[in-house]
Amino acid sequence: MTTRYFGAPVQRNEDARLLTGRALFVDDVELPGMLEAAFLRSPHAHARIRGIDVSAALKREGVVAVYTAADLGDYWRPGPLLVPPPPIDGIVFNERTQVPLAREKARHAGEPVALVVATTRYIAEDALADIVVDWEPISAVVDLERAVAPGSARVHDDVAGNVAAHVRQARGNYADAVKQAALVIKRRFLYDRGTSSPIETRGVVAHWEDKADRLTVWDTTQAPVVIRNGLAAMLGLSERQVRVIAPFIGGGFGPKIMMFYPEEVLIPWAAIKLGRPVKWIEDRAEHFLATTHERGQVHDAEMALAADGRILGIRDVFLHDTGAYDPYGLTVPINSQCTLLGVYVVPHYDSTFTALFTNKPTVTPYRGAGRQHGVFVMERLLDIAARELGLDPAEMRRRNFIPPDAFPYKNEIIYQDFTALEYDSGNYAPILAKALELIGYERFVREEQPRFRAAGKHVGIGVVCYVEGTGIGPYEGAKVQVQASGKVSVATGIGTQGQGHYTAFAQIVADQVGVDVRDVEVITGDTDQFYWGAGTFASRGAVVAGSAIHEAAKVVRQKILRTAAEHFECAEEDLAIANGAVAVAGVPGRSIRLGALADQANPTRGAVQPGTEPGLEATRYFGPPTGTTASGAHAMIVEVDPETLMIAIRKYAVVHDCGTVVNPMILEGQIHGGVAQGIGNAYYEQLVFDDDGQLLNASLADYLLPTALEVPRMDLAHTVTPSPLNPLGVKGAGEAGAIPAGPLFAQALENALELPARGVELLEIPLSPNRLWELVKGGER
Amino acid sequence: MTTDSHQIVTTVNGERCERRVESRLLLSDFLRHELGLTGTHVGCEHGVCGACTIHYDGAPARSCLMLAVQANGHAITTVEALAPDRDRLHPLQEAFREAHGLQCGYCTPGILMTMTAFLAENPSPTEHEVREALSGNLCRCTGYQHIVDAVLLAAGRLRESSPG
Repeated sequence: MTTRYFGAPVQRNEDARLLTGRALFVDDVELPGMLEAAFLRSPHAHARIRGIDVSAALKREGVVAVYTAADLGDYWRPGPLLVPPPPIDGIVFNERTQVPLAREKARHAGEPVALVVATTRYIAEDALADIVVDWEPISAVVDLERAVAPGSARVHDDVAGNVAAHVRQARGNYADAVKQAALVIKRRFLYDRGTSSPIETRGVVAHWEDKADRLTVWDTTQAPVVIRNGLAAMLGLSERQVRVIAPFIGGGFGPKIMMFYPEEVLIPWAAIKLGRPVKWIEDRAEHFLATTHERGQVHDAEMALAADGRILGIRDVFLHDTGAYDPYGLTVPINSQCTLLGVYVVPHYDSTFTALFTNKPTVTPYRGAGRQHGVFVMERLLDIAARELGLDPAEMRRRNFIPPDAFPYKNEIIYQDFTALEYDSGNYAPILAKALELIGYERFVREEQPRFRAAGKHVGIGVVCYVEGTGIGPYEGAKVQVQASGKVSVATGIGTQGQGHYTAFAQIVADQVGVDVRDVEVITGDTDQFYWGAGTFASRGAVVAGSAIHEAAKVVRQKILRTAAEHFECAEEDLAIANGAVAVAGVPGRSIRLGALADQANPTRGAVQPGTEPGLEATRYFGPPTGTTASGAHAMIVEVDPETLMIAIRKYAVVHDCGTVVNPMILEGQIHGGVAQGIGNAYYEQLVFDDDGQLLNASLADYLLPTALEVPRMDLAHTVTPSPLNPLGVKGAGEAGAIPAGPLFAQALENALELPARGVELLEIPLSPNRLWELVKGGER
Repeated sequence: MTTDSHQIVTTVNGERCERRVESRLLLSDFLRHELGLTGTHVGCEHGVCGACTIHYDGAPARSCLMLAVQANGHAITTVEALAPDRDRLHPLQEAFREAHGLQCGYCTPGILMTMTAFLAENPSPTEHEVREALSGNLCRCTGYQHIVDAVLLAAGRLRESSPG
C-alpha cells in the first residue's frame, strides 16, 4: 500500500482551475449563434391574467421569439412531484406543482408569465417592458394562520383552506406523559423564511444539434441525471438523446436540487423550437423570487417533564408554509417533525403539522431542510424547562441523552426517506463534554460572567445539541477506470457544488488502486459520463456516492492484481500495487505501469478467454438501507451591546460526529460554512413580506448575508462514531453547521441580557438587532 | 432601434484591446462575453457581493458597477493574469489552495483581486484588518475562516520573498 490518503487533509485537486479562472460555470458557456432569454414575472403575489399582449415586444429589433402559456400547447403542464408523500397512516396531501408559465393566474410575485428570446440579454430585458398584461389582482394569502381561516382567498381555487398536507405522527401516548409529569411547559415558536443565496445564481444553456439529433443542456442543478430523464420525457426524446452537464456550480445549498424550475423546462424547449442555442442566467433580483425559499413555520409545542428533568413527552402542532406549490412533497416538514427528537429519549411524542399554500415563492429544502425548526423547538423547550426546574442547561441535556448502548435507536416515526427513523450509531455525552471544554463553560459561568456583569458588560453563553439525518438513499453509482495514460478516472452521477468531491472521491480511489491522489480524475455532473444517479442532497455525497466509488475501486484493484498475475505468471499474493505500478515483490525490474496494464487488458487483435471484460474498470452501485445519523453540539459566548443590540461573538465551538472522516480539511470547511449560514439565519437574514405578498428586501443590500466581520473564528473538534450502514463508516456533514445556530443564539442572548428575569423569552428566529430591541422593550413595558 | 456605441481602447491583462461597444454594456459583461475572460464572475450586479472585482489601473473595482466605456484609456487586470504561468500560481492563490480558502470557487476570483490589492497596500495585516478588507466580498461556502488563514499565510510568504 502507498500513502494512505483516506482520512488525510489532502489539498484539493479542483483548486488550480478555480483559482485561475479556468473552471467552467454555466454562464461561461458561449456557443455560436447563441440567443439569450429573459422572463417577464408577475408583479403581483396573486392575480388573474385577463390577457397578454406581446405584439410590441415581437416588433423590437433583436427579439427572436416571445412565448406565453398559450404558445406552449401540450408542453404546458405542471411539473412532476419530486418526492411523493411517505407512507404515513391518515396522511392528506394535495399535489399542486409549479407550471412553466402562469396561465389563468399568478400565484406568487416573480412567477414567470412570458419568455422573451433575443440576440442579447439586454434586448430581451428591453422587450419585457413592451409586454402588456391585463392583471386582476386578488387578495394574497400571506399569513399562515389566516391562510387556513374560513374566508381566506385560495392559492389553488380547488384547495379549500389552502391545505397542502396534514400529517400526524406519534409514538407512545402523550396523555400518559402529562399524567406522570411534574412540569408541563407550553410555548409558541416562530421560524421565518430565509433564502440560500449562493453567490452563483441559477442558469441554463440549451443546445439542440439537429445533425446529431441531440440536446445538450448546461444546468446549475444538483441532480443532472434526474433532469436528463425528466427533460427527455417532457420533450419526447429518449434519454440517450439528452446530455445534461452540471459543470462547476457556484454553491447549491438545496434550492438547486429543486428540479424542473420553469426556466429549466422552457430554455431547452425554446432551443429546440428555434434551432439555436439559448442561454438564461438568473439575475440576483430574480433569484430572490424565482428560486425556492425555505422555512416559515409556527409551532405550538409542549413538553411534559419529570421533576428530575427527564423528558416524558412532547406534543407539537405546527403550520408549515409551503409557498405557492409543493413539488418537493413533505420533505421539509417531515424533517422538522423527525429532527425535533434530537439526541434525546422522548418516550411519548405526538406531532401534527398542516402544510399550507401561500402566495409566496415555493418552499423546498435549503441546508438543514427543516431540521433547524425541530431543533429550535426542542432546544428552547429544554432551556425553559431547565430554568423552571433550576437545572443548568448543559445538565438538562445530559440527563436526557440517548445512552450509547441504545443504538441502533428506534424513533419509530417515518422519516423523509420513507423508512422508520432509526439512529444507526451515536455517543452524545462525549460530544457535549468536549463542547463545554472547548468553550470553557465552567470557568465562564463561575468566574468570567460574574466579572463581566460587575463591569456592566452583557456577555452570555449557550450550548445546544442536535442530530442530522444524512446519507439517505436511494442509491448512487460510480465507474472507476484505469486509463492508458496511467491516470484513473472516476465518474459518478451526482453533481458537485464546492464540497470537494474531486478530492474526497479521489482519496477513496487512490488508496485502493495505488496511485497518487492527483492522478485520479473525478468526473461529476455529466450524464454522458455516468448514466445513473439521484443527486447531491441530504448530505449524502460522501456516504452514498463515496461508498459506490469505494466498492468500484475495490473491484478494479482485484482486476489489476489478476491481470498482472497473468502478465508476470505469478500468484496475486506476490504482487504489490504502489506508485501507479504493479510489481512482483522482492524482484527488482519486475514491474508494470498501470496504464500499460490497462492497455494490455484491451487487446485489439487475437482471441480472449470467454467472459473476458476489456480494460481495468468496474461499475458499482451503493444503496444504504436507511439514512445515517450524524450529531454534534455547538457552544457560543456572545457579547451584546445593550443599547444597539449589536453583537460580538467572542467564541464559537463546534464538536461534531460524522463517523469516519474522509478529509478533515474539507470537513472543517463544510462546518465553517454551515455555521456561517446558521449565524445569518439566526441574526441577520429574513425575507420580509408585506400583507400583499410583496417581498420587501429582495436585494443583497437589504437581505444581509454575513460577512467576514460577522462570522467569528470557530474552534472545532470531532468525535468519531462510525456508521455501520456503509463500508467507509462515514456520515454526512454538509448541513450540520447550519442546524443548531438558532436556538444557540436564543439561549446565549437571553443569558447575556438576563432576559428571563426581565420577562422576555426568545421564541423566534430570525432575530436581529431590531427585533431583539423590540422584544426587550416589549418585556419592559 | 438605434444603439449608441463607442470605440474604446483599453489595456486588459497587459494587452491592448480596441473594440466598439454599446454605451450601456457593463464592464463585467464586456470582459466575460466580449473578451471571453470568464474568470471574472457576476454574483449580484448591484455592487454588494464583490465576485466581479477586477483591478482598474491597479485598484480593486466592481466591474458590474462600471460600464465598458469607462475602461477607455485605462488598464484592467482580471484573475486570469494573477498566476505567472499555467503551471504556477500566485502566492495568494497557492495559499488559498493550502488553507482551503475556497469551496465552490465562485466568489474566489473577486476575493483574490480584492486581497492582492489589499496586501500590496498592507503587507503585514492583523486578522481583523484582513476581515475588514474581506468584508466587501461575500462568500456563502467557507464561513471565511480559511480565507482569512490563506490571506495571512500569503502575507507572511510575500514579506519573506520581498527584498527589504
